[in-house]
Amino acid sequence: MPVELITGNQAAALAVQRAGVELVAAYPITPQTAIVETLASLHAQGELKGEFVSVESEYAALACCSGAAAAGARVFTATSSHGLAYMHEMIHWCAGARFPIVMAGVNRALGGPWCLDPDQGDSLSQRDTGWLQLYCSSAQEVFDTIIQAYALAEKIMLPCMVIYDGFYISHTYETVDIPDREEVQRFLGPPSFAAQVQPGLPANLHGLSTGETQAKLVRERHRTMKEALAVLKEINARFAAAFNRKYEPVEAYFPGKIKNVVVAAGACADTVRWCLPRLADTGLIRLKALRPFPGEEISLLLEKQKIERIVVVDRNCSTGMGGILAQELKAALYPLNSPPAVYDLILAGGIDFTPQMLQRLLAQREPHRGFAEIWGVDLL
Amino acid sequence: MAPIEQLNLDFLRTKKLPHIWCPGCGNGIVTAALVRAIVRAGYDQRDVVIVSGIGCSSRAAGYLNFNTLHTTHGRALAFATGLKMARPQLKIFVIMGDGDCSAIGGNHFIHAARRNIDLNAVIINNYIYGMTGGQHSPLTPLGKKATTAPLGTLERPFELLELARGAGATFGARGIAAQPRQLEQLIARGAAHKGFSVIEALSPCPVAYGRRNKQGGAVEMLKAMKENAVSVERASNMDAQALAGKIITGVIFTREAPEFCELYYQLIEQESKKNSN
Ligand SMILES: Cc1ncc(C[n+]2csc(CCOP(=O)(O)OP(=O)(O)O)c2C)c(N)n1
Ligand code: SF4
Repeated sequence: MPVELITGNQAAALAVQRAGVELVAAYPITPQTAIVETLASLHAQGELKGEFVSVESEYAALACCSGAAAAGARVFTATSSHGLAYMHEMIHWCAGARFPIVMAGVNRALGGPWCLDPDQGDSLSQRDTGWLQLYCSSAQEVFDTIIQAYALAEKIMLPCMVIYDGFYISHTYETVDIPDREEVQRFLGPPSFAAQVQPGLPANLHGLSTGETQAKLVRERHRTMKEALAVLKEINARFAAAFNRKYEPVEAYFPGKIKNVVVAAGACADTVRWCLPRLADTGLIRLKALRPFPGEEISLLLEKQKIERIVVVDRNCSTGMGGILAQELKAALYPLNSPPAVYDLILAGGIDFTPQMLQRLLAQREPHRGFAEIWGVDLL
Repeated sequence: MAPIEQLNLDFLRTKKLPHIWCPGCGNGIVTAALVRAIVRAGYDQRDVVIVSGIGCSSRAAGYLNFNTLHTTHGRALAFATGLKMARPQLKIFVIMGDGDCSAIGGNHFIHAARRNIDLNAVIINNYIYGMTGGQHSPLTPLGKKATTAPLGTLERPFELLELARGAGATFGARGIAAQPRQLEQLIARGAAHKGFSVIEALSPCPVAYGRRNKQGGAVEMLKAMKENAVSVERASNMDAQALAGKIITGVIFTREAPEFCELYYQLIEQESKKNSN
């Protein structure tokens, strides 16, 4: 297996190529653009077997992917920030229509004013749409997760966002082990889900429904999504057997006896992992899957430890409520008898998360029992 | 032709200079032509509002010393429509790139034209998405290369002014960065026109378009632009064969039609009179 020095965006494009995607439709936006440009160039060299459609907006991109997915094709799109926000109506639609689309979501702040930094609010604000959301911490993980995402999405017929931080992951070069097309094809196989649009089988798809029908459809999607954790684990085990790398929906790094746990997703989790040997009493819970939310796994992990404090790294903010990962996490603490204090480190605006920031925060011995909100800009 | 206007430095945020555009970019030439057109029109600085979308061209808003609104991609005309309806006395210039105006914002473009609302759209057409690094736009000429069309684009481009005319715009003109005096006058004429006016300003992007399409540097691109330009007056005496590949400059169309805000406020006045009787 060749190891290459590439960016997260290139890793995403190569995964799409190896996955045998049949149609790519996308619109440029920083920091995602390089994925689509790499795919366009692979296509021109005859190395991307599928169709490449260069559309007039992100909305059109996802609609175009939907049309192809309705015909049973394996499709891909990628976007960021304003592009993702502009897709919002289609994002709901794809989940409702059960199109197993895979999208790379490269985090970037939403305006106004314009900002390029990797706030996660763009993807997090799509968490209630019915898409699976998997967050990646390295370029290797981006490659591997896109492959896994196709296996998962096509198995349970729900769309999947593979999400990573703009610039920190999209633009930095890392060594990535790139299995060849045949190996990936052996793992993934061709798309085997049923086409909704089939010659000879005329049907009126996704027309008007009643609230009751809708309720049943939502319940079905919700249950399928909850079961997706087990499916993801299964796929992950199969992936590990084939490629020798694995990623759990939540990963715990508890070096010995710990008092603090940092909860993070994406590139920030990797920063924490680097810090762990330099910190006393501190562990990490890395959230890979946010939808489905692995709440029970998190409660089980925390139950077994005597944790005093959880620090949540939230590179986002739901204004009027606080960090979104902290909100989600608090639901997982509910079953615990004496839940630890939660410090929510808010890095809204996509500001840099540094080891010094974490050290300074952990050194704080404030009398917070319940919940404290700490703004990263104050620790810069 | 009237003499070139002075560049009124009060109309520029000189503290923001130097600008961020690449050496040889045409955006600065078009921006300066716009400033001189505003001087020529004699507008009070306080009455002018610049609305821009997003792209290299839209950065012009940051350098212009008026009330300036940077908006979302493709939506500048929709923002400007709201602004004009609420404060019809304002003189509004809407700066857009070719992608901003005709791809993601194409819908707002045709509807602003259909309403014939008194806005001055200045589209800086460099045939490419400059800011995101050179993807093709709906105005990229057939066969030209872009990062999203490495073998040349297969998609037929819009003829922007024909689109505007068909959708109902009442003034359409084309100028080129290589002829800034004419461009200035065209923008001023568009501003004087009551209704939706569209100025297509062709502008070189040597970095994201020229280089990939082997058009040389900025100087060569400007030269080629100038050599290919034919005024509407001259063009009217040329046949289709002679006009192939030429850029026709000047006022391409102009006509009279009721302006939307005027119609709207007339109706309100009429109705309120009726109600008070
Ligand atoms: C919804 C959305 N999609 C994509 C973008 C990214 N984007 C910024 S500018 C731009 C295109 C710019 O091209 P053009 O309008 O032709 O202007 P130029 O930069 O060439 O002046 C794009 C795609 C965005 N800001 N918002
Ligand atoms: S990329 Fe092109 S349009 Fe943008 S500043 Fe550079 S030359 Fe100008």
